[in-house]
Amino acid sequence: MQRHLISAADLTRDDAVLILDTAEEMARVADRPIKKLPTLRGRTVVNLFFEDSTRTRISFEAAEKRLSADVINFTAKGSSVSKGESLKDTAQTLEAMGVDAVVIRHGASGAPYRLANSGWIDAAVINAGDGTHQHPTQALLDAFTMRRRLVGRDAGIGQDLAGKRITIVGDILHGRVARSNVDLLHTLGAEVTLVAPPTLVPVGVETWPCEVSYDLDSTLPKSDAVMMLRVQRERMNAAFFPTEREYSRRYGLDADRMARMPEHAIVMHPGPMVRGMEITAEVADSDRCTAIEQVANGVSIRMAVLYLLLGGNEPAVSHTRIEEK
Amino acid sequence: MSKILIRGAKVLGGEPQDVLIDGEVIEAVGTGLSDEGAQVVEAAGKVLLPGLVDLHTHLREPGREDSETVLTGTRAAASGGFTAVFAMANTFPVADTAGVVEQVYRLGQEHGYCDVQPIGAVTVGLEGKKLAELGAMHESAAGVTVFSDDGKCVDDAVIMRRALEYVKAFGGVVAQHAQEPRLTEGAQMNEGVVSAELGLGGWPAVAEESIIARDVLLAEHVGSRVHICHLSTAGSVEIVRWAKSRGIDVTAEVTPHHLLLTDELVRSYNPVYKVNPPLRTERDVMALREALADGTIDIVATDHAPHPHEDKDCEWAAAAMGMVGLETALSVVQQTMVDTGLLTWAGVAERMSAKPAQIGRATGHGRPVSAGEPANLTLVDTEYRGSVDPAGFASRSRNTPYEGRELPGRVTHTWLRGKATLVDGKLT
Amino acid sequence: MDRQQDTQASDARPVLEGPDIARVLTRIAHEIVERAKGADDVVLLGIPTRGVFLAQRLAAKLEEITERKISLGSLDITMYRDDLRMHPPRALARTEIPGDGIDGRLVILVDDVLFSGRTIRAALDALNDIGRPRAVQLAVLVDRGHRELPIRADYVGKNIPTSLRETVKVMLAEEDGRDTVLLGAKQTSQ
Repeated sequence: MQRHLISAADLTRDDAVLILDTAEEMARVADRPIKKLPTLRGRTVVNLFFEDSTRTRISFEAAEKRLSADVINFTAKGSSVSKGESLKDTAQTLEAMGVDAVVIRHGASGAPYRLANSGWIDAAVINAGDGTHQHPTQALLDAFTMRRRLVGRDAGIGQDLAGKRITIVGDILHGRVARSNVDLLHTLGAEVTLVAPPTLVPVGVETWPCEVSYDLDSTLPKSDAVMMLRVQRERMNAAFFPTEREYSRRYGLDADRMARMPEHAIVMHPGPMVRGMEITAEVADSDRCTAIEQVANGVSIRMAVLYLLLGGNEPAVSHTRIEEK
Repeated sequence: MSKILIRGAKVLGGEPQDVLIDGEVIEAVGTGLSDEGAQVVEAAGKVLLPGLVDLHTHLREPGREDSETVLTGTRAAASGGFTAVFAMANTFPVADTAGVVEQVYRLGQEHGYCDVQPIGAVTVGLEGKKLAELGAMHESAAGVTVFSDDGKCVDDAVIMRRALEYVKAFGGVVAQHAQEPRLTEGAQMNEGVVSAELGLGGWPAVAEESIIARDVLLAEHVGSRVHICHLSTAGSVEIVRWAKSRGIDVTAEVTPHHLLLTDELVRSYNPVYKVNPPLRTERDVMALREALADGTIDIVATDHAPHPHEDKDCEWAAAAMGMVGLETALSVVQQTMVDTGLLTWAGVAERMSAKPAQIGRATGHGRPVSAGEPANLTLVDTEYRGSVDPAGFASRSRNTPYEGRELPGRVTHTWLRGKATLVDGKLT
Repeated sequence: MDRQQDTQASDARPVLEGPDIARVLTRIAHEIVERAKGADDVVLLGIPTRGVFLAQRLAAKLEEITERKISLGSLDITMYRDDLRMHPPRALARTEIPGDGIDGRLVILVDDVLFSGRTIRAALDALNDIGRPRAVQLAVLVDRGHRELPIRADYVGKNIPTSLRETVKVMLAEEDGRDTVLLGAKQTSQ
């Protein structure tokens, strides 16, 4: 029995809505004096992080602990354990200790897929970000944030994002967040437009279920949500764009640009933000920016995913991706 | 040495004939030949080809004997119907001196399964900076005529030009691994729809094509011949076709896996499909088949690249590139070229034996199946159907992309200068 | 299981009809007022799904009797169940605790059927994570017996002696379109 969350593309519309609805109930736990549920008591979850990501790890850890799971953190940073043998050996070692689920963050695209499908381990695998491939829980928490803001907290229950216009701006090429969001938002019925300089859009994007634009200004008035992605300064050394200044002038979100968005439209950012690059401090700190909310919602989403994958005798979320032979 | 009568084989896929081997040579080819004093091999229904020649094999010895040795590699070759293989230079130490190439050559002779013709490195240590002693390697006992930095591209245009010029003195040829290094930094698979989805670094076709275009022009300019290793894109085919039409002395090879497999397989993230050059698209595969059929691509070469299990049993990015191919090459060619009607068996003999022997100057190989010629022969049961079981490989490595896949045809016998190296599918 | 809902209507016979249900709820409301001395600090918490509707109806009746607003909420016990590992995870229902909380109050849990008692055990655990009531009581529409835990109801609409081969199905207008309680034979697939 496979029970993994590897890619946002694996989720059906009903799976995704179930996760969002479940997260909505999980969010209420945060308002209680005792922010803990006994649901995963006796289950052991390992957070296997081959890449530094304190935010994501802490978010998963909070979710696991709120569900009473036993948590093991394994941070395997550095080249000595980043080789392939170590992924397999490390995972098998952890499983021998009786781990029920592995939350994995890895620099290599496809590493979680390999872990789930190579017969190395039996534990459930949850992808916490792999290379430039996928980051499904990020996409889920983004969709959750959009649904709350654009549809409504209670009105949103059972609903998808049909007809919502979402614009994703920034480094699409190196970004797993953009990939995951395109997949999930499309599944949820939203219309996605990617905006980036042509150098930061992957060859092959034409088959993605979204529009691509190189012009931010013309896209903003037609957006219900604008998601700004982090652009690493190093990219300019590889000639993806000439200078930081030129990038922010053409693709950064400042107050003037934000004013061109519809009044109800929100600004999103998965963090960490590079203020002054893709987003100005003024926009980042405005009440239209949901960056902090997204962090809080991340815990609820991860609780929902953990519950739905591990809470019963079999997962409630179907796994549609074709298994490796 | 006793005589062997191969009875009723379809020579090059034609009418059944008998072939009588006496000692190291073919004594007679005809019908109703006497079996007196000869050991008889009943070959009715089977196809007899000249022993196959692989211009592109990695035997890994010296240095990586955990993945392959000259012995295991030549046994794999004999299993696959080969009587001569050209061993690539990327060993440890690199085959960039007369000493190393002679060692590899002698090991092949000692084991006796298949002639091993070492390929010399173009540059010292495959570093692309300084020409290796090409002349010394040619004059050595190994008699090297093919030079390649395979695995790495000779990307410096001046070094490439000099190498092309220099080998003219002794009829050598430079076999280029066409891969523009800057365009393929961090590249993990063919750049396109699938790489965009999988988030794996893209390996653009132009990185191969731009080098081929440059090199055919260089070859023309200096009046030398150039050989293009494992051509993999439709665009490369066009460039080679154009170059040949211009009279440029260029030859090109394609691997069996590029004739069959596409980058869609990478969706499994199974590194068994990780190879250099990468698996391309369906359109490329079709263009390569057509080019091999019309002669734009001259030969099939395996790029047999053994790797130990642990180098493939890991995540994609950490995995080694390459596939073993000696033991499945003919089956893949049968499926993609013969069974599709693109090529006759005579055409296969041309592209997997005669032409590669000619490019590599492998005397005694790739000869016609006729009286007086060396008895380097391969007998194929073309009716056979079976799924590939790597456990049965003679190679030390198992990194085949065909595990469990049904492929047609099976080599049952191989003779190297009259000595059977493979009998009824079993190595001698 | 406490809330058996898979009985086929065809082979089931009604043991309570709409008017009966209204009558027993009225009786329970009066009992609550009597035993809770006016029901001043009562908080009704319905256990989803049908317990929530019963709690709403009880609250309406209590408000009628006492002419005061009655504190009302819902308590989803899914994540406290002791049989989570025996089924695929269930969709969660809403837990809605009234704004003034449950600390020091008299919480009355409301459910449709009392059977093994495991649901109520889970509800008590869930309450424990939410606050500290002065006391907890239990009101059920039907008590069908076969307790597996030392739990009893304080207010019972109707005691229906059953065998383990039988199922009890409560249908309420809000969810099922009509009010009735059906007693039927267990399906073989159960």
